[in-house]
Amino acid sequence: MDTFVILIQYTILYAIPLMIVALGGLFSERSGIINLALEGEMIFGAFIGALVTKLIIAANPQLATSQWLLILGVIISGLSGGAFSLLLSFSAIRAKADQTIGGTALNLLAPAIVCTFGLILFNSEKVITGARFVIISSQYSEAMQNAMFNSWFGPILRIMFDRLYLTTYIVIFLFIALSIWLYKSKTGTHIRACGEHPSACDSVGINVVKMRYLGTTIGGALAGIGGYAYIVACCAATAESSVAGLGFFALAIMIFGNWNPILIALGALLFGFLKCIGVLSSQISFLSTLNLPMYFYNIIPYFIVLVVLMLSKRKSGVPKAEGIPYDKGAR
Amino acid sequence: MLKESKFTEGFKKAVTKHSTKSLLASIISIIVGLIIGFIFMLVASILKPGSSALGGIGILLTGPFNGLNPKYEIGNLIFYMVPIIFTGLSIAIAYKTGLFNIGAPGQFLMGTMGSLLVALSIDTTGNRFLGILVWILAIIVGMLLGMFWGSLVGMLKALFGLNEVIASIMLNWIAANIITWVFKDSPLHNIGEGKDGYLIKTSLTGNFSPTLGLGKLFSSGNISSYIDIGIVIAIVFCVLTWIFMNKTTLGYEMKACGLNKESAKYAGINEKKNIILCMAFSGALAAIGGALYHLNAGIEFKWQSAYQTLPPWGFNGIPVAFLANCNPLGIILSSMFIRYLSTSGAFLPMVGFNQYFADIIIAIIIYLAGFTRYFIGRIDKRIRDMELARLLEKEKNGLKSDPPNDNVIVMEEEGKK
Repeated sequence: MDTFVILIQYTILYAIPLMIVALGGLFSERSGIINLALEGEMIFGAFIGALVTKLIIAANPQLATSQWLLILGVIISGLSGGAFSLLLSFSAIRAKADQTIGGTALNLLAPAIVCTFGLILFNSEKVITGARFVIISSQYSEAMQNAMFNSWFGPILRIMFDRLYLTTYIVIFLFIALSIWLYKSKTGTHIRACGEHPSACDSVGINVVKMRYLGTTIGGALAGIGGYAYIVACCAATAESSVAGLGFFALAIMIFGNWNPILIALGALLFGFLKCIGVLSSQISFLSTLNLPMYFYNIIPYFIVLVVLMLSKRKSGVPKAEGIPYDKGAR
Repeated sequence: MLKESKFTEGFKKAVTKHSTKSLLASIISIIVGLIIGFIFMLVASILKPGSSALGGIGILLTGPFNGLNPKYEIGNLIFYMVPIIFTGLSIAIAYKTGLFNIGAPGQFLMGTMGSLLVALSIDTTGNRFLGILVWILAIIVGMLLGMFWGSLVGMLKALFGLNEVIASIMLNWIAANIITWVFKDSPLHNIGEGKDGYLIKTSLTGNFSPTLGLGKLFSSGNISSYIDIGIVIAIVFCVLTWIFMNKTTLGYEMKACGLNKESAKYAGINEKKNIILCMAFSGALAAIGGALYHLNAGIEFKWQSAYQTLPPWGFNGIPVAFLANCNPLGIILSSMFIRYLSTSGAFLPMVGFNQYFADIIIAIIIYLAGFTRYFIGRIDKRIRDMELARLLEKEKNGLKSDPPNDNVIVMEEEGKK
C-alpha cells in the first residue's frame, strides 16, 4: 500500500508539468502554429520565475516556504513564457517564417540566455532559489498526521496533501478551465477555427492574426507555468538551462493525445506512471524479483507510446492549417 | 504530358533561384544577428562592470585567432565541424523530403554504438593496415545501425501513419537507454586515469581515424589538435548528397514529396517508399557523424550518463541545416561559421563575458534565417504573378497554348512551403 501511494504521488509530480505544457502546445497548434519551442518556453519561464523568487527570498528569507510566493512565481513564469513565445508568433505570423526554424531558434536561445545571465548575475549557470514550497507533513497537526497514516482514508489524504505542491492544484484548475474555455467559449472556438480553415474565418470577420497570436501566447504562458511547476516539484526549485527534454515529451504527449485535452491528460498520467515504475522498480517487490536493469524500465514508456500509436488506427486530430502561414492574398 | 513538363519546369526554376538568394539571405541574417548580439553585450556590460562590448564583438569576429596558438584552435574547429556536418546533412535531406528529423541524436548514438563496439572489441595494435580495415568496418557497422534506426522512423510514419516528430523523440530516448545498457557490463571501460564512466579510447586498440598528418600540421608544440580524415569524408559526403538531391531521379522524387505531397502522388511518385528511404539515408548520415566523431584517437565516450542527456551534436545539426537553407554544399559553410562562433565563445571570458554569448548570437541568427525564406518567397511570388499575368494576357489574345491552371498549382506549392 505504501509503495502504491508513493507511486501515485510520483506519477502526479511528473504528469503535472507534462500535461500543462502539452495543453500549451495544443493551444498554439489549434490556432495553426506548430509550437516546437515548448522546451525553450519552459526553460525561459522557469528561469524568470526562479529569478524573481530568488530575489524576493534574498530580501526576505522568511518567505522561502510561503505559498503566496509560489503563486507569484507561477504568475511571473506564465507572463514571461507568454512574452517569450511572442518571438515565435512574430516570426510565424507576421514574418511568415518557417515555424520549425523559429521554434528551433527559441529552443537554442532560452538555454543560452539562462547560462549567460545566470553567470553574470549569480556566477552560476543555475538559479538556485532556495525555496521549499512543498506542503510539508510537519506542518500538519498531530491529529491530521494520525488520520493520514492510520485510517482507511489515509492513503487518499496522503495523495492529496503529502509531498505535494500547490502547483499541482493550480495546474489542474488551469487545465480544466482552459480546456472548457477553448471548446465552449466564442473566442476559444475562433482560435480552433483558425487552425482548421483560416480563410473561412477571415471571410466571416474573425481576425486570424489576432487569434493566432492569442493561441500561441496562451500556449507560451502555459509552457512557462509548466516549467516553473517542474523545477519547483522535481528540481528543488533550481532553474537550469535544460528541462530534461520535457518540452519535447509534452509535444509528443500532445500528438499522442490526438490534439484533445482529455486524451492529453490521460496520456500524461499514463506516461508519468510508466516513467515512475522505472524509478521505483527496486521498491516494488513484484518487479524487483525480475531483476531487470533500470534501462529496461526507462525504455518501456517510450516503447508503449509507440505501440499504442501504431495499434490505434484513428482519425488524426491534427489541425488542418497547422504550420501554414496565413496569407490573405492567397485563395 | 504537357502538364508534367510544365510542373518540372517550374520546379527547377524555383530551386535554382533559391540557392543564390538564400546565400545572400543567410549573410544578411548573420550580419543582423551580430548587430543584435552586440546590443546584448552592451546590456550585459552595464550589468557587469569590467566587461567591454566592443572587445566582445572583436573576439567573436577574430575567433580562433585569439588563442595562443591559432593553428591548434583551427585544427579543433575543423574537427568539431565533422559531427555537425553529418547531422546537418541528415536533417537537411529529411527536411527537403518534408520530414523533420528530430531523431538525429538517436541515430548519432546508434552510429556511435555500432562503431565503438567494433573498433574497441578488435585489437589491432601495431598493425596499421588491419587497423584501417577495422576502422572502415566500424564506420560501416555504425552506419548500418543508424540506417536501421532512421528507417524505423520512416516505417512508423509510412506504414502506421505516426507523426515523425513523436516517433523520433521516443526512439531518441530508447537509443540513449540502449547504448548505456549495452556498455554497462562491457569490458571496454576505462578504469585507469582516475576516470569514471568512460570507455577506452580508440587509440588503445589501434583502430583510430587516420590523421593524414593534419594533426601535426595543426598543432601547438607537441600537442596535436583533434583534426583527422573526418573532415575530408564530410566534405565528400556533402558533395555526394548535393549530387544525389539535385542530379538523381530518386533525390528529385524526394524533393517533389517535400514540396507538394499531393502533386508528387499525382505524378506517380511512391510517397511511402520515399519516406522510408529518406529516413534510412538520414539515419545513416547522422550515424556516420557519430562514428567519425568517436573514432578519433583522442575522443572518449561517456557511456554512464548517455541515457540521461541526448548528444548535443544531434540537435546542433538543426541550426547548421537551417542556416544553409538545407543546401548540402551550404552546410560546409554554415557548420564552419557556427563552429567559428562557438570557438570564439571560449575566448569571451578574456573581456569579461562568458562563452554562452556565442550561443545567443547563433540562436538569433537562426531565428533571422527563418524570416529570409519569407522574403525569398515574396520575390518569387511576385515574379510568378507577373508570369501568370503575361500568360493570361496571351490566352486572351487567342494563343491557347498553356492552360494557366498549372501555374496556379505551382504557385500554391511555393506558398505552402
